[in-house]
Amino acid sequence: MRTKERRLIVAFYTTHDAMAFEDYCLSRGAAGRLIPLPREISAGCGLAWSAPPGDMAALTALLAGAGIAPQHIKEMEI
Amino acid sequence: MIYLDNAATTMMKPPCVAEAVTAALTSLGNASRGAHEGALNTNRLLYRTRGKLADFFGCPKSEQVIFTNNSTEALNIAISGTLRPGDHAITTVLEHNSVLRPLYRLQRERGIDLSFVPADRRGLIDYEDFERLIRPDTRAVVCTHASNLTGNLLDIRRIGAIAARHGLLFIVDASQTAGAVPIDMVDMGISLLCFTGHKSMMGPQGTGGLLINGDIEVEPFKVGGTGVQSFLTEQPREYPTRLEAGTLNGHGIAGLSAAVDFIRRMGIDAIRAHEIKLARRFCEAVSAIPGVVTYGDFTTWERCPVVALNIGSADSALVCDALFCDYGIATRAGAHCAPLMHRALHTKAQGAVRFSFGYFNTDDDAEASIEAVCEIAERIGK
Repeated sequence: MRTKERRLIVAFYTTHDAMAFEDYCLSRGAAGRLIPLPREISAGCGLAWSAPPGDMAALTALLAGAGIAPQHIKEMEI
Repeated sequence: MIYLDNAATTMMKPPCVAEAVTAALTSLGNASRGAHEGALNTNRLLYRTRGKLADFFGCPKSEQVIFTNNSTEALNIAISGTLRPGDHAITTVLEHNSVLRPLYRLQRERGIDLSFVPADRRGLIDYEDFERLIRPDTRAVVCTHASNLTGNLLDIRRIGAIAARHGLLFIVDASQTAGAVPIDMVDMGISLLCFTGHKSMMGPQGTGGLLINGDIEVEPFKVGGTGVQSFLTEQPREYPTRLEAGTLNGHGIAGLSAAVDFIRRMGIDAIRAHEIKLARRFCEAVSAIPGVVTYGDFTTWERCPVVALNIGSADSALVCDALFCDYGIATRAGAHCAPLMHRALHTKAQGAVRFSFGYFNTDDDAEASIEAVCEIAERIGK
């Protein structure tokens, strides 16, 4: 098991939103990756976006730019 | 073999389609069933392909591109998912059984009422009939973009305008036209577009789709595993998951995606021009052969590259068999799953032999077929 670390986690209503957000972030070189949805978050999609911690404003700006309404955004240790 | 049964399926596929399927067979996991690279690669493929198809057919929302196994499944979802008990629907006699049987079933099971736009002996309809058949309880117009028997195209934009004027759903069966004729759902006023991947799209069998234009509630035809919201007892309501229970045909969809790229590269107009050139050459030559009767409207070449014919009173099955056994030409005889069209053409007993041209056919294929029809007609005439 790798050591836990703090991450900004975005949960989505649909898998389509998750894939659209990954596509948007990759096209802009934004750091992060899709991970299995942590069990402590309940969401419509089984995938979540895991981004480096700290810059919530940048993350919400990316979501707005992609036109995606997240179901949850949470900074947590995973 | 000279393959002239492209209206049934395009047997010859672009090499890039076969390559994409082969690569997918050893690289794709199960979409939405995990977050490892294998599963994510399939999610990425589905996401990109939905986008390509939305763009290709002018569907405003890519999440409303639903993958199905074929047109028949898409039509079942569209028809069963929107028509309610007591609704009235209008369709045409040009339809394939993939439209007719889902409608007949709802007639029996939900008491929906059906009206049919008739056709003349050339397979032509009167568009005013749609207006005449509309009633206060009419909910939808369901019709094909082109007859799979005659190749006649319907003016979908015109029918779409009628449906829009009366607030009706417009469900279109694009089995014969997707990939062969440009389609824009918004411009044509199409509410629900049903297509198959294995005909003019030149993709693998087992692929197809339903595209939904606008805020239309389509109830699921099948329910089951989605990989998401597992503790819900009902199917999730979000598109596309709502209508995609079970593992999708990711391998086939990889091929379909490559096929869309191929059509884009070649250009749909160039593909269409080639196919129509061959069909036109064939039609004009065989029409001059004594005893040959063609079916459909050939006053215009705004049509599909399909020529259905009979030779004298010969059984279409025997002519079809002679074409294959004596000349190696693959065609299709019989009723073509279009019972009402055959009634309108008065060919129920004889059937018809359908020659359907595709992108990979050549001038030589058309010439060899003309010669074969000529020889068979001479034999029958003796």
